[in-house]
Amino acid sequence: MTQTRPWVPYLLILPSVAFLALLFIVPLVQTIWLAISDNGAPSLANAQRMVNDINFGRSVQNTFLLTAVVVPVQLAIALAMGTMVAKIAGGRETILWIWTIPLAISDLAAGLVWLSILQNTGYFNSLLFGLGLIERQTSWLSYQTPVALFIAIAIAEIWRGTAIVMVIIVAGLNQVPKEFKEAAEIFGAGPWTRFWRITLPLIRPALQSALILRTVLAFEVFAVVYALGGRNFPVLVGEAYNWQNQNQNYGVAAAYAVLIMVISLAATLVYLKAIKVDPERLP
Amino acid sequence: MSTANPAGFVSSRRWLLWSGIIALCAWVLVPIYLVALGALGGRQGVYQWPKTGLPMGISLDPFLLFLRTEGVTQSFFNSLGAAGITVALSILLGAPAGYALARYNFRGKDSYRLLVLLTRAFPLAILALPLTVSYIRLGLYDTIIGVGLIHTVLALPFAALVTQGIFLGVPRELEEAAWVFGCTRIQAFFKVVAPLALPGIVATAVFAFVISWNEVFAASVLTVRNRTLTAYLLTVLSESPMHYRFAGGLLLILPSVIFIFAVRRYLFAIWGISSK
Repeated sequence: MTQTRPWVPYLLILPSVAFLALLFIVPLVQTIWLAISDNGAPSLANAQRMVNDINFGRSVQNTFLLTAVVVPVQLAIALAMGTMVAKIAGGRETILWIWTIPLAISDLAAGLVWLSILQNTGYFNSLLFGLGLIERQTSWLSYQTPVALFIAIAIAEIWRGTAIVMVIIVAGLNQVPKEFKEAAEIFGAGPWTRFWRITLPLIRPALQSALILRTVLAFEVFAVVYALGGRNFPVLVGEAYNWQNQNQNYGVAAAYAVLIMVISLAATLVYLKAIKVDPERLP
Repeated sequence: MSTANPAGFVSSRRWLLWSGIIALCAWVLVPIYLVALGALGGRQGVYQWPKTGLPMGISLDPFLLFLRTEGVTQSFFNSLGAAGITVALSILLGAPAGYALARYNFRGKDSYRLLVLLTRAFPLAILALPLTVSYIRLGLYDTIIGVGLIHTVLALPFAALVTQGIFLGVPRELEEAAWVFGCTRIQAFFKVVAPLALPGIVATAVFAFVISWNEVFAASVLTVRNRTLTAYLLTVLSESPMHYRFAGGLLLILPSVIFIFAVRRYLFAIWGISSK
């Protein structure tokens, strides 16, 4: 609106640009260089050490499996929550507030919460014992029970991470004009058809940002795994952490970091391509 | 069947809906209740078998004992400090950018938005790995300021985008009216725009706080002695008794849940799209 002082907006964004350049772009370049160099010369030694490490294959597999299980379940629960809450009038605010609580809970805390339930003398075993399904305390979180450990970590992640998807989905659902639904109803579309043909396409922008956010976070999974299974369940970020802090090998840690970034970027691109969003409707 | 007994059909559907809602509420709340029982039950509570899930034998003493454990209170305050720095920096740097995005058209606006959105595609906490070396050189390693800086990288893009939405929600006409009455741009901003935008900015600040409070990876990589609460809990995890772990979990959960409760009205508006 004021063209007399065209430098004003630049002055306003400059501090944040400078900050992001220093603490986002520079470390990004540093990470990549650390990963693909050895003693200051370009080399693939770090990548080779990473790939040949005993935990590499398992950590890749675990991270992908976990993401593949957790993200769709979270999306489904979030859509169910959004659909349910749209049908009620009274108590809507309270219910939404309860469902958003996990948004404020860290992945470490979520791991500890589920540890209290799933540890040997925990509530889950007590319940099974009370129902007569087990005779002794059963261990679910050891390296001897990899499937149970996987399910436990997935449950903790679903418990914690669904809230953010729900918030984005509900915000998207609130934007869908009622007229569309009413029109579809008049033309005889059942609830299922309405959901797939009307609601889902209309909340595409929300779906897209929720999926990108959650998938990138899912590939970063770390503390919840550590709290529940210690080192029994290697994941990518956990390996980066171990190489950095235990082995003091910053090169291999950086190689893991680059791998995680490439996977996250690839996932983002897939979502951008797969869920086309009209740029005019971007929030 | 619906023609025979429409009322019964409707009420059974309502019943199904409400049982689903209540089940999902329980799914969120019961685990928090159980970890609180674990935190307040102490050592005996952990080994009690089988557990009833009822609040028996609990007291605040085990939790207070945990708080007095070496390193807990210090790391608690370190977390508060890092979160405070994150809040201050992300609002101070993010809000002006949000205002520029909301009120001006300028060349490079789209590139700026792209830079901000690009950060979303990256696992940002991982950038702490190379920072270790630069931080040691700059004297920022193992300091709360250093942790606050990397947490600001996480919170700043969020703050810029959310404050853009908040400033867009303040009618431009009000600001222009203030100019007509003789305010300078800066006066108009602080007298007219800022008061109207304040609740939204406070809510953004709360989110920045929660982002920093909950972050584990970067804080663990960049600190040794001045650990934040998450970093402290992560490093002592394997040698702590169970009830200490649960107490740590509860201590992590309490402040952020209270803060989220305080801004619950803004939760959905903040996610870019208002829930009118």
